Amino acid sequence: MFGRLTWSAIPIDQPIPLVAGAVVLVAILAVLAWVVLAGHLPYLWREWITSVDHKRIGVMYTLLAMVMLLRGFSDAIMMRAQQTMAFQSQGYLPPEHYNQIFSAHGTIMIFFVAMPFVIGLMNLVVPLQLGVRDVAFPTLNSVGFWLTATGALLVNMSLVIGEFARTGWLPYPPLSELTYSPGVGVDYYTWSLEISGVGTLVAGINLVTTVLKLRTRGMTYLRMPMFCWTTLASNLLIVAAFPILTATLAMLILDRYFGFHFFTNEAGGNVMMFMNLIWAWGHPEVYILVLPAFGIFSEVVSTFSGKPLFGYRSMVLATMAICIISFMVWLHHFFTMGAGPDVNAIFGIASMIIAVPTGVKIYNWLFTMYGGRVRFATPMLWAIGFMVTFIIGGLTGVLVAVPPADFLLHNSLFLVAHFHNVIIGGVLFGAFAGYTYWFPKAFGFRLHEGWGKAAFWFWLIGFYVAFMPLYAAGLLGMTRRMQHYDVAAWRPWMMVAGVGAVLILIGILCQIMQLVVSIRHRAELRDRTGDPWDGRSLEWATASPPPVFNFAVMPDVAGEDAYWRIKAHARAQDLQKSGPDYRDIEMPRNSPTGFVCAFFATIMGFALIWHIWWMVALGGIGAFATFVVFAWRDHDEYVIPADDVARIDRANLAERRAGMQLEAAAP
Amino acid sequence: MTETTFDHAHGDPNRLRGMQDVVAAHEGPAPKRIVTGYGFWIFLLSDIVMFSCFFAAYAVLLGNTAGGPKGSELFDLRNVAVETGCLLLSSFTCGMASIAAKARNRLYFQLAMAVTCVLGLAFLAIEGREFAALVMRGDGPSRSAFLSAFFTLVGCHGLHVSAGILWLLTMMAQVFAKGFRADIERRFLCFALFWHALDIIWVAVFSVVYLLGSAS
Repeated sequence: MFGRLTWSAIPIDQPIPLVAGAVVLVAILAVLAWVVLAGHLPYLWREWITSVDHKRIGVMYTLLAMVMLLRGFSDAIMMRAQQTMAFQSQGYLPPEHYNQIFSAHGTIMIFFVAMPFVIGLMNLVVPLQLGVRDVAFPTLNSVGFWLTATGALLVNMSLVIGEFARTGWLPYPPLSELTYSPGVGVDYYTWSLEISGVGTLVAGINLVTTVLKLRTRGMTYLRMPMFCWTTLASNLLIVAAFPILTATLAMLILDRYFGFHFFTNEAGGNVMMFMNLIWAWGHPEVYILVLPAFGIFSEVVSTFSGKPLFGYRSMVLATMAICIISFMVWLHHFFTMGAGPDVNAIFGIASMIIAVPTGVKIYNWLFTMYGGRVRFATPMLWAIGFMVTFIIGGLTGVLVAVPPADFLLHNSLFLVAHFHNVIIGGVLFGAFAGYTYWFPKAFGFRLHEGWGKAAFWFWLIGFYVAFMPLYAAGLLGMTRRMQHYDVAAWRPWMMVAGVGAVLILIGILCQIMQLVVSIRHRAELRDRTGDPWDGRSLEWATASPPPVFNFAVMPDVAGEDAYWRIKAHARAQDLQKSGPDYRDIEMPRNSPTGFVCAFFATIMGFALIWHIWWMVALGGIGAFATFVVFAWRDHDEYVIPADDVARIDRANLAERRAGMQLEAAAP
Repeated sequence: MTETTFDHAHGDPNRLRGMQDVVAAHEGPAPKRIVTGYGFWIFLLSDIVMFSCFFAAYAVLLGNTAGGPKGSELFDLRNVAVETGCLLLSSFTCGMASIAAKARNRLYFQLAMAVTCVLGLAFLAIEGREFAALVMRGDGPSRSAFLSAFFTLVGCHGLHVSAGILWLLTMMAQVFAKGFRADIERRFLCFALFWHALDIIWVAVFSVVYLLGSAS
């Protein structure tokens, strides 16, 4: 009846996951109870869960990322604690539990923190920057988000029902094959990533089409803000790379479920094919994450330096060059495979070449700051912290791209330090910069600067204290993923790294405080102008938060830095007072399709993990029925009459003008 | 520097100085039909990337028969020729359905779609029979890595055809119930693209798996 699922799946004997799971469950139930009792459920359902508004979906993506960051960080601090304790002892985590923790940490941080964070910011900002009213496929956008949430839910369910993979964040066979991983851990991994991978692909198709086909009048390619370019590059990579992940995991699933022999040791399976396939997705994935961050830094640096971006076209070129070269370096993840000196040399050189466009970008940001009037607001701090940190990470990356050096450093903590160096220093700092920068646009009030700066300094210093020691330990020969060790020389470095993790924890607590304080003081932090940072692109040309239709009248773009020109123009000619020609606006109707789809996907994923075949069929039929019902509806749009548009827009304009005058009057 | 250098930091890169009438124009958002078709093309590209992984796996594992049969001992080219005929003809009838939709002729649309459906089902039946015969003989996908790759690649195409038939029936029902509404026409455009793309993939499967496989 219930396949492999029995009561023994609940880890009664392991207090840590059980207590953690219980705490999370209580928290979720408490939130749900509050939502229902306070009567917020209809509002949440109407305005958020069924929303197809790109801004709302962007906010939900970001929220998912931040919640999952807490989970991923809990794993991280548990690992650091284990490694500070487990010198010539077993520490407090048994090996099978420790292995699940490092696997879950990597999986969660990449797929359910970094990915939703950047996709959320792209969703929120790109249509605004392009001057349009929504993405190309609003309902699909909602489907994509909810499928991502499904994946996250399944990963978290593994905490209390069954187990998670013990294979590392990429399930290398033959360890991940049924022979060596007979439990459901790997199945949790594969199915949650297959499902959330569909969501990511949908988001990628959506954003590519949006950038290529929906730009407002006059927004030619070379007038797009840099963030739109990096969004385009990143989503092209999603479209080209995520199907590889889907196919590779499908092969692993077939091996595990039906006795196929893609990656097995027997019957002619080829283990190294898995490494090649997974990294053919995995390396582009790195750039899928970091390119949007580069875009955010470009916006932030140019805004807070009060200058147009230096070398805009070289930046575009560098972005697209990275987009292409990122597909030509995957083999550097396993130089030790033994492909021979020629192959290794080619991939080593390609890996060094890809550092060149990245270097171009760094210089462009530096020259943008040069001669500018730099304002050190929180987003700018993240940007500067990024530049310093990312250069170190990039240099160590070039170091491990040298095959002979890589033979020594492969699988060592040096490597772990390197990729945390670029992912925390690049992607996460970028996400935090974007979060602080666009928060007022999304919610209409700024985040508290003091707590933001405190968070920044704790994160920055914490990062260095936590990860620089790992470089040293790696050079001393310490390999990654060690549950315990006996080498005395490594111990001090592990102690220091543990302190670093605590500093990062304080940074995260500062961020939580920042959010709480900002919400409590939202009246003082209110952004009335819609343009709190003196921005340069079109998202600042509308109210904060923007009305559902974003722009009452579609903007007409005449050059780079579109909003900067509008402002200059308006100041010169006082054009903002002339009444625009308001028309009826058609907007997509909200739809529960995404949520219902994800509901059935969750059922199906869970049933597949536990081999409950009737439930699989149930989920499949449900998903198809949802699809048909969605296809059957007659009205997928509603009209906002011109009078309403005019009323909303006049009120917004009056508010913004008043805010601007107030700001101009202030010293 | 001459007058026609790019005015860099402050100007518009789409406009050369001194050549004010040379302007790169952009008309604004594309119409819905274009956007939908374009997005679906991008999806098809991603689908082709997925297929290319299965092709790559097949190429890698081609020789890994683990003492089991090779392709040339398994494939019946006459069977495959009939299959190919069904699928290519179904693409033709799908094209006829497109023309009928354009002409707003419900009867011919339904007729052409029904024939497409029958041809698709015939294709699936022949493929299913081939698979069943192999499994019966003990040459199923778990026999060797080569057979795993074969079943996965060809089976993945078959799954796409099955999904396509479900979609086809839904389209027939929609046109029956609601007629040629603009959104249904856009959906049909996507379906037609999907169906033709399956043909393209089949041409690759036919050449790489069956033709090259029979020769080896």
